[in-house]
Amino acid sequence: MLGYAVRRLGLGVAIVTTAMAILFIMIFLVPGDPASVALGPRATPEMVEALRVRMGLDRPVWEQFWNFYASAVRGDLGTEALSGRPVADVVLEQLPYTLALIVSGISWAVALGIPLGALAAVQRGSLADRIVGVLSVAVIAVPSFVVAIYALLIFAVWLRWLPAIGAGEPGDFADQLTHLLLPSLAVGLGWVGYIARMVRASMLEALQASHIRTARAFGLPERLITYSYALRIAILPTLTLLGIGVGHMLSSAVFAEIVFARPGIGKLVYDAIIVRNYPVVTGAVLVTTVFFVMVNVAADILVGALDPRVRSELGR
Amino acid sequence: MNVLSVRDLTVEFRTPGGRLRALDRVSFEVGKGRILGVVGESGCGKSTLINAILGLLAENGEITSGTIRMSDGRDLTKLGDAELRAIRGQRISTVFQDPMGALNPVLSIGRQMRDIQYRLPLSRAEKDARSVEMLRKVRIPDPESRLVQYPHEFSGGMKQRIAIAMALMMEPELLIADEPTTALDATLEVATIELLKELQRDIGCAVLFISHHLGVIAELCDAVIVMYAGAVVERGEIGTIFHHPAHPYTERLLECDPGRLHERVGRLPTIPGEIPDLRQRPAGCIFAPRCHRAEPRCAEPPPDRSVGPGHVARCWLAGETAEARA
Repeated sequence: MLGYAVRRLGLGVAIVTTAMAILFIMIFLVPGDPASVALGPRATPEMVEALRVRMGLDRPVWEQFWNFYASAVRGDLGTEALSGRPVADVVLEQLPYTLALIVSGISWAVALGIPLGALAAVQRGSLADRIVGVLSVAVIAVPSFVVAIYALLIFAVWLRWLPAIGAGEPGDFADQLTHLLLPSLAVGLGWVGYIARMVRASMLEALQASHIRTARAFGLPERLITYSYALRIAILPTLTLLGIGVGHMLSSAVFAEIVFARPGIGKLVYDAIIVRNYPVVTGAVLVTTVFFVMVNVAADILVGALDPRVRSELGR
Repeated sequence: MNVLSVRDLTVEFRTPGGRLRALDRVSFEVGKGRILGVVGESGCGKSTLINAILGLLAENGEITSGTIRMSDGRDLTKLGDAELRAIRGQRISTVFQDPMGALNPVLSIGRQMRDIQYRLPLSRAEKDARSVEMLRKVRIPDPESRLVQYPHEFSGGMKQRIAIAMALMMEPELLIADEPTTALDATLEVATIELLKELQRDIGCAVLFISHHLGVIAELCDAVIVMYAGAVVERGEIGTIFHHPAHPYTERLLECDPGRLHERVGRLPTIPGEIPDLRQRPAGCIFAPRCHRAEPRCAEPPPDRSVGPGHVARCWLAGETAEARA
């Protein structure tokens, strides 16, 4: 198991390293000189040159490339163009809001999607199965920003059940939670559908397996067969899908944070792009990449922990 | 005394093409401590028979007539789900054909063996001790340390022995063995048959042994039923069936057994024709279209004719054939 986990982690580091190289090339290829962008149109050539030297832009490409990696490893993501604050501080300040949003989005998907999918599979062909089938396709088809706007309209404006905007009072957990409900529904609703469909399909496959017939022939209770023997297997591809879902939710978070005027990485990147605050964009992209890779490594390790076959095949 | 007695069991499936009669008035009994072989080609209804006994027929399947009685006289066809579940794994247990797929791949052997004992009022440690004991009986080396392992860590032969251990865990009255050795290679097959025989003597259970391998049936069983297209065409003691078959199908089946060929042949013998469409059963004998002895009266439903003690054949010619040959 340990060998497997270490290998997965190593793969994660390799992916982050590659992603950083691509990110560096993209920054390098963007037209315009970051230094003159940062100083604005009224800066003198001398001021621009001085900033170029300070930012290390006068160095050879390979040296810039190396410095980019070296400082990133040290946790130095550069300084913000406008206020001069370290980018790492700015990004990490916003990160918890987005994390909370995504974790609660995933919670919707897991808490509703897994039971609904299992129910649909166990009662295959029933009315419940058909309702779940139609609803899952419907929620997958609706874009998350549409869900966000209608959720806002219905629950916050018309019914006035939930707050419309903001992230709630800092320190007041209940208030923050009520502010999370609608945005997380917006990013998570589509994934309720994905997860329900995935669980239904893999559950049907698992229930067909001959070991399920063996379990029935041994007279095991149907509940034990469904939840311990079949769902235990059906859950494995779903975990991998959830890892991918986090990446998807990171991009939906941009919409949700704008619509609900919540702080977070999405809102930060959106604002930074408008004012061409490139170091913040780069830093935020880097942090979310690392986060996404970490989540997927965690999902892989979890699958390994739950599936002895994966563990022994890949752990060697 | 019979552990299981099946009388006139008929099972039908509702299919898009109409009702399909998968079992047609099947009758046989399994005596206490006896081994009854069930032989027949693929599609002859062997699996349907097992599922009907276990109460695990697919949703579109239905027992339309007949009885399946246990030693205490209870009719399994009349029991509810909960009562059937209490019998499965306790009094009637099963070993299936596919040793690779028969065990749950993500649960340890110990966990699966513990689950089978869920009705026993024992502690976890006591259940594990019983599992170890059972694994030792099926000759799994070092059974204590094996409980934490998963199915993929065992070889095919070991997995089948573990499946046998699980099936015998609750000391059932009847063990149904559904082609337990078909997926194993020849040396393992012999070893597994020997083991099964030994355990059967040990525990004293009766066995319903399903196989299409005539050699294995002859080696292991006391009596045999021959199935064709959902019907028991002949049943009797093993020696009688193998030496004096009364049904033309049994005769042909024995001729086709490669183990009985004494000289080299260019082409292995087969029975010409195919199993008929069970949705459109002929009114008369179902084997008639392929039978080399078919007569005009075979267009009428054939009777179950008693040919000798415990020897019955569903054929117009049964008895007559034997006399003619005598």
